[in-house]
Amino acid sequence: MVFHSNREEIVVSENKDNLLEVKNLVTAFRLENGDWVRAVDGISFHVPKGKTVGIVGESGCGKSVTAMSLVQLLPKPMGHILDGEVMFKGEDLRSASSERMHAVRGGEIGVIFQEPMMALNPCHRIGKQISESLILHRGMDKREALRESVSLLEKVGIPAPERRIMEYPHQLSGCMRQRVVIAIALACKPDLLIADEPTTALDVTVQSQILELIEDLQEEMGMSTILITHDLGVIAGHCDEVVVMYAGRVVERAPVTELYASPQHAYTKGLLSAIPTLATPRKAKLKTIEGQVASIKDFVPGCRFCQRMERTGDTLVKRAPFIEISKNHWVEACPKCVDLPKQAPT
Amino acid sequence: MSDPILELRNLKMHFPVRGGVMSRQINSVKAVDGVSLSIGHGETLGLVGESGCGKSTLGKSIVRLTQPTAGSVIFDGKDITQLSQRKLRPLRRNIQMVFQDPAESLNSRMSVGQIISEPLEVQKIGTQATRRDTVEKLLERVGMPKSAAQRFSFEFSGGQRQRIGIARALALNPDMIVLDEPVSALDVSVQSQVLNLLLDLQQDYNMAYLFIAHDLAVVKHISDRVAVMYLGKIVELADADTIYQHPRHAYTKALISAIPEPDPQVERPRVHLEGEVPSPINPPEGSAFGHRINHPRYEESIGMDLSMVEIEKGHWVAADPCCLSEDDYLRVSSKS
Repeated sequence: MVFHSNREEIVVSENKDNLLEVKNLVTAFRLENGDWVRAVDGISFHVPKGKTVGIVGESGCGKSVTAMSLVQLLPKPMGHILDGEVMFKGEDLRSASSERMHAVRGGEIGVIFQEPMMALNPCHRIGKQISESLILHRGMDKREALRESVSLLEKVGIPAPERRIMEYPHQLSGCMRQRVVIAIALACKPDLLIADEPTTALDVTVQSQILELIEDLQEEMGMSTILITHDLGVIAGHCDEVVVMYAGRVVERAPVTELYASPQHAYTKGLLSAIPTLATPRKAKLKTIEGQVASIKDFVPGCRFCQRMERTGDTLVKRAPFIEISKNHWVEACPKCVDLPKQAPT
Repeated sequence: MSDPILELRNLKMHFPVRGGVMSRQINSVKAVDGVSLSIGHGETLGLVGESGCGKSTLGKSIVRLTQPTAGSVIFDGKDITQLSQRKLRPLRRNIQMVFQDPAESLNSRMSVGQIISEPLEVQKIGTQATRRDTVEKLLERVGMPKSAAQRFSFEFSGGQRQRIGIARALALNPDMIVLDEPVSALDVSVQSQVLNLLLDLQQDYNMAYLFIAHDLAVVKHISDRVAVMYLGKIVELADADTIYQHPRHAYTKALISAIPEPDPQVERPRVHLEGEVPSPINPPEGSAFGHRINHPRYEESIGMDLSMVEIEKGHWVAADPCCLSEDDYLRVSSKS
């Protein structure tokens, strides 16, 4: 269990069940004028072995930057991790050498990106692209790797895989391409899979196919998954724990049923009530969250949701501590955004 | 229904595929392949389907951004399919469009004021001063500050840009707006703001909407009736509540079951949908959906008339043996 209040003290009680522990991660980008903006501003969460953790938030909240920080794929030279720890299997990836990171990426951590066309090289055959990581990480020779590629494609449900390995990405549909990307990410049987909006570019019918595929493979291989999405419906159906991000911070973190049953932070409540579902009466007014996320340059040091609500006072100035409001349910305890119990647990 | 504002009769939009020697036309993409439907005054018709099913093309051919290959578009009792662009211009006052990506549909070299007043200038309505006045009123109506008129669209966020797009569509006080995925590019919290705005505006101005989207929950929320499109054809059309509670067509059922429910407690039966939408260049001869799911009665459907039949009052469904339950198919085939 990671326990920290605000940024000052971090108490760690080592937990062997956690594959990944992210502590107080700060990732910033340098703008052209030399200013730094903190896209991820001190976040902590952990991924237990074999579980799926969902990171949800609106565009620009820092969820993709978080993922890229974990595997150190931040755009250089602008992006930097300024502070924090990324403990993966007891090793701090922040201080790992670049050779070590090469081995981790694709080997122990697999990544699926949002847009499959961007993740695949249009000039190489599918088979070659899958073989690449097998040759690199598992030391196979070309022929072996190609044979393994066929069985991987079969595993992700691509018909006629022997033919497909000789095709180019443009010859496949969006769904098939995403399956190829999944096959590449899983080629080396990673311990952790990071799926960054894996289905956003796909249709609903295909979305459910892909998510179920990831779930099945995860069960089979016993890996952990970080599923990044903006869709609360996807989170509800496929995650064990949820991390809600807003404006570079984690505002709430809880097991999935707990979060949907009793959301504590005003932002989480707002998000959950803003989506129309099939049960919402037709043409009824939807609840909205007024205003919009402030520009990253104008973020206040305190509560950024108060900033959106145009509230004034101390909450904007000082960041609230991150507290465990009930068992395993953590929330950024801004007194204006959360109904705090009289005696806050310590 | 009394006097629909818009009626489509067997509308077809085929795009030529060229190739071979001299770039001859060797085939065509049948994006919209025989669609008939109607929309009443002040009504919202939701149009759903997977990407590539032709829903956006249908929207564009209604406002004549593409010239339909066959069939007719009847707007307010007048056939506008073959009208010249010049004759079409006065009619455009009554039918406007809002596009999916507000970043691309707003000219970044024009101020917001210029963007919103452009339709007024094209239609030669008012003087410069009255137009400025109208722009301010419109901005206020869509929940933007008056001062936005002097600024540029890229200075605004996605949600605000979409509000600008809506203000531009409202400028001419149209009877109907074609909304092509108006909230797909927006974040959830902003999406609900824009949906509320659209509902308010419809009540105030009694406009008809054709609401094109792929998010079925959103479509259900805003629509009176919903049409489901698959590979260029409408396969089911009914009242919004009915189609979600008692879908008849297998494709509609699959679509509805694929909606992710934002509640971890809800376990819904899933209809598994394997395979993919076939190419609209060489669509299967028989039931397009039956072909996808490898239905045993597919062979039977080749050469059959799969047009829409009214199975219950106001509930239309394609008479397709592969996609209907045994009972429903018997009822449908007895009616046709």
